[in-house]
Amino acid sequence: MIKTDVLVIGAGPVGLFAVHQLGVIGLKAEVVDNLDKVGGQCIELYPDKPIYDIPALTVCTGKSLTENLLEQIKPFKTNIHLNERVEEVIKDKDNWKVTTNKKKVFLTPNIIIAGGVGSFEPRKFPLKEAERFENNGIYYSIKDKNYFKNKKVSIFGGGDSALDWAIELSKISEVTLVHRRDEFRGAEHTAQLARKFEKEGKLKIKTPFQINSIEGKKNIEAITVKTEDGKTEKIVTDCVLGFFGLIMKLGPIVEWGLNLEKKTIPVNTENFETNKKGIFAIGDICTYPGKLKLILSGFHEGALAARGCFKLARPNEKYRFEFSTTSKSIQEKLGVKKSD
Amino acid sequence: MPKITYIEHNGKSHQIEVANGLTVMEGAVQNNIPGIDADCGGSCACATCHSYVEEKWFDKLPKKESAEEDMLDMAFEPKKFSRLTCQITVTDDLDGLVVKMPSKQG
Ligand SMILES: Cc1cc2nc3c(=O)[nH]c(=O)nc-3n(C[C@H](O)[C@H](O)[C@H](O)COP(=O)(O)OP(=O)(O)OC[C@H]3O[C@@H](n4cnc5c(N)ncnc54)[C@H](O)[C@@H]3O)c2cc1C
Ligand code: FES
Repeated sequence: MIKTDVLVIGAGPVGLFAVHQLGVIGLKAEVVDNLDKVGGQCIELYPDKPIYDIPALTVCTGKSLTENLLEQIKPFKTNIHLNERVEEVIKDKDNWKVTTNKKKVFLTPNIIIAGGVGSFEPRKFPLKEAERFENNGIYYSIKDKNYFKNKKVSIFGGGDSALDWAIELSKISEVTLVHRRDEFRGAEHTAQLARKFEKEGKLKIKTPFQINSIEGKKNIEAITVKTEDGKTEKIVTDCVLGFFGLIMKLGPIVEWGLNLEKKTIPVNTENFETNKKGIFAIGDICTYPGKLKLILSGFHEGALAARGCFKLARPNEKYRFEFSTTSKSIQEKLGVKKSD
Repeated sequence: MPKITYIEHNGKSHQIEVANGLTVMEGAVQNNIPGIDADCGGSCACATCHSYVEEKWFDKLPKKESAEEDMLDMAFEPKKFSRLTCQITVTDDLDGLVVKMPSKQG
């Protein structure tokens, strides 16, 4: 069990800056995110696109913003638990007991939910049968490629993941790459390499096809694919891999007893607390009159929520407002001034 | 104002007046029509504003940009007449447009 002053759910830009605001007032935070990297939407959806409305930065990219935020919170040596989704939040006397899908448990008086539009999850096949075979023939990621050795593998998708894995697995398995249209959106040279492999007979490519049905009782035996015009074909296969990118799912957040408005959590604008004491929500996931889903708004929300956390984390101390320019205590926490 | 008809997957139909300049997605979201999620707020990055445009309307719409076609790869059950509604801007020419929502957005 990990004890902390504040658990931050979500390592998007807003969650990361909240760590900074907690750090400067002396509160210890732990961060959990379902993705395999920090940065939330900025990294997952638009790493290379320009952002023009971060105060005092004429322009930055989703990636550079994330890198700078990480640099800024470095002094606090915060643990960031990636690849873990927060599943359960239950009251434990004066604390919240928070459990992740990997059964890690946190005990904390405060939770800041900076969960964006929800956790990023793989997009799945639209077929009902696909659920039945999930993790038993149908996969949305690859942990160990050797599992697919000498098997018949059908890979669906048109982006880099689908192309890269089709090329990689074609060296050890019998691969068919299926995509809904003739063009691939992955890197040009990877698409060309896949076409070259196809000509050399190392890889089969089927376009423009989409999945139509899955056949098999205990294990997958074959699938059928079809075109827009209804032409179908059968592919004998052992495994089916889908690479359709990620989608944001609110997921477990709906089960924590919080008020919800559409897919967002109403908060007060004094300290961004939800209807539950000690649970705050900031960034895209919170709502209040006039809410703007902008990164800069999320930064402000984090600053106030951090002060809100102080009360419960340090019940016997009084929070004092200070400027970073002149506060010795803040500069010590940032490691820019030696304490005497 | 142009009238747009949104048909939910269960067949329930909503006819809404949508101001010129808004997108078909915004028309749905601002009027609380279920079936269009628009998680990314219209920046062509989520494919959760996906819908099927009635065939006779499909060719009348401004053509898809490649970013929209790329994003449609990730939509739930894309078909021949699939569009992302955040990429369709309402004009007088679209008066009478009919879009059908997929069974879910993902
Ligand atoms: C294409 C595009 C362009 C944009 N351009 C701009 C712009 O120019 N300026 C601007 O200000 N904003 C812009 N935005 C919006 C901006 O990216 C968002 O407002 C911002 O990312 C919100 O940050 P966040 O930290 O609240 O949430 P997110 O960035 O969504 O991060 C939330 C994180 O929480 C994680 N999470 C959620 N639930 C759980 C759980 N239960 N357990 C573990 N982890 C969980 C998710 O995996 C995710 O990583 C743009 C968005 C898009 C899509
Ligand atoms: S609203 Fe996200 S792609 Fe249209």
